[in-house]
Amino acid sequence: MLTIENLHAQVEGKTILKGIDLDVKAGEVHAIMGPNGSGKSTLASVVAGNEDYEVIKGKILLKGNDLDGLDPESRAHLGIFLSFQYPVEIPGVSVTNFIKTAINANRKAQGLNDIPASELLKKIREKAKLLDIDSKFLSRSLNEGFSGGEKKRNEIFQMAMLEPAFAILDETDSGLDIDALKIVANGVNKLKGKDNAVVVITHYQRLLDYIVPDFVHVLFDGKIVKSGTKELAHELEAKGYDWIKELA
Amino acid sequence: MEFKEKLISSHLAFEEDLDLTDNVHQTRANALKIFEEKGFPTRKDELWKYTSLDALIREDYSLFPKSEANIELKDVKKYFLYDTDTYKVIFIDGVYSPFLSNTTHDGLDVCLMSAALSKPKYRDLINTYFNKIAPSDESLTALNTSYAKEGAFVYIPKKTVAEKPIEIIHFSSGDQDSLWLQPRNLIVIDKNSQVQIIERHQSLKQHPVVTNSVSEIYVHEDSFVDYYKLQNDLTSASLIDNTYIKQEKNSHASVHTFALGGKLIRNNLRFFHTGKHILSTLKGVTILEGKQHVDHSTMVHHSQPNCESHQDYKGIFSERSEGVFNGQILVDKIAQKTNAFQQNNNVLLDDKATVNSKPQLEIFADDVKCSHGCTIGQMDEEALFYLRSRGIPKKEAKALMTYAFANNVLESVQLPSLKKRINGQIARKLGVNLGFEL
Repeated sequence: MLTIENLHAQVEGKTILKGIDLDVKAGEVHAIMGPNGSGKSTLASVVAGNEDYEVIKGKILLKGNDLDGLDPESRAHLGIFLSFQYPVEIPGVSVTNFIKTAINANRKAQGLNDIPASELLKKIREKAKLLDIDSKFLSRSLNEGFSGGEKKRNEIFQMAMLEPAFAILDETDSGLDIDALKIVANGVNKLKGKDNAVVVITHYQRLLDYIVPDFVHVLFDGKIVKSGTKELAHELEAKGYDWIKELA
Repeated sequence: MEFKEKLISSHLAFEEDLDLTDNVHQTRANALKIFEEKGFPTRKDELWKYTSLDALIREDYSLFPKSEANIELKDVKKYFLYDTDTYKVIFIDGVYSPFLSNTTHDGLDVCLMSAALSKPKYRDLINTYFNKIAPSDESLTALNTSYAKEGAFVYIPKKTVAEKPIEIIHFSSGDQDSLWLQPRNLIVIDKNSQVQIIERHQSLKQHPVVTNSVSEIYVHEDSFVDYYKLQNDLTSASLIDNTYIKQEKNSHASVHTFALGGKLIRNNLRFFHTGKHILSTLKGVTILEGKQHVDHSTMVHHSQPNCESHQDYKGIFSERSEGVFNGQILVDKIAQKTNAFQQNNNVLLDDKATVNSKPQLEIFADDVKCSHGCTIGQMDEEALFYLRSRGIPKKEAKALMTYAFANNVLESVQLPSLKKRINGQIARKLGVNLGFEL
């Protein structure tokens, strides 16, 4: 699904990613863990095509397509989705209208007509229920005045609506209480299938009790220094990150 | 002859035609003297620093247009908010159009200023309110007063809710070469009453027209007024709008100004308070292009305790357009517990577009909450990336954000069909076809 080869990336002249290799197959869930400042969010931004970051070496392939030079919207059209760590507030655009605009933009890129209103409504109802989202919430301005938990739930709701082939969830667990965490995790699990893949970026093992990863990678100083299965997450939880630094 | 001289020397001819009470005659004569003394404002005046009338008054204008324009309903219908179901006071080239209007004297008065100024039954109202809200020392208002003759007169008696909105529309037909119009509106809302008013100035053809309009609005205690100004005129039309609102205790007054088109627009909007627990709301959306120029000059004078005012103006400027915002908040020493907020946010879409934003707070009371904020910026790149990461192309994402930026001022518009119409106008101006109402 997604292959990253020897990826080096910089922002404002500072190299953050220093040679990442990652291979995520369809149907898999990978977790990327690591201390603050190790490059986790940078990796997410680079994959999604944030133009603030510059790839200086290596490549990213989605289903064999080289993403080099593609703008963020083209990557989305190919099936990449980033659940933001800090979703942006956009007053004046309701959640529903935003979703509709995004869905239709993706359909247009695939040569399809706009989604019929009834189909959209049905899908919204279904996915809102999955994530326990109140219909009042959908008419509010996008992320404006949302609590941390509401913002994250809204990210996963967008993911549910857009049905991406490859999703990166950047610290989706931060700001969630345990009940919200369960709802979000349950949503992600329901969306998971043999044709898509998810990368979960997290600081803590907590989320991984609910979204069980096939593989866990530890990122430190712009490199993956250790990979393993879900037991690695427990080990990190118990021992902290200090021992990881010695591996680097 | 300079245009100022023409205005002064034509005044005698103007008054000759009128059969009016001595009282108003004297008011006009006094006002003319003030204008003669002060003349047109210049950029040396602090409040006119960024807006010059020089180019406008260098031209010559007809002051007494003939009422010969042959305008049919189908020509102007699209400018009406509703086909039916509103009171309408419609003027063409400054002359009342009975055919297009829908006035009333049934339970409330929605009629003509010329009638109010000349009929004995309105004498008391005219003596109490006419030219009593507008300060006498503003030269453009004095100029309007000296020629005050026609416009809308609205009187809402006590405990009356106007069932339908009132539309006041001034058309210029383009049949006259160039035109100088001076409509005068007086709106009195007695105790415990409510009304919604929409005002619009619209040219039907490209031709030079300058409108120097004065509206006086008196809001008695416990009353509500929502006033909407739709400024989406042709690029040959200029507007100087002078609106003065005096509020009594427990009253709410809001003015929304949608400045979407015109050559030069200057909005002088002034609020005065005479009692406690007053709420004043001033909101504006400005979207300009080409070489258009809009100047919002607001003032809220808090002279009583426990009152509140909110100002929120959004501007979007492309090409070489120019925006000015000068927002005054005056809080007298006696006006404790005042809450006064002011916000002016602007987005510049092109390098050549300019904005001058100037908050002006003069606060003499110590127990108040006052805030102001102004921003002038480009598009938020982070938000743009967020939208694009969902597959929305850059161009649409930009338009959507610009639309959303302007659109949140619309939330307080109380008339759904007006909201829908302005939504549509804004979307069209920004070249977005979202296919839904935000």
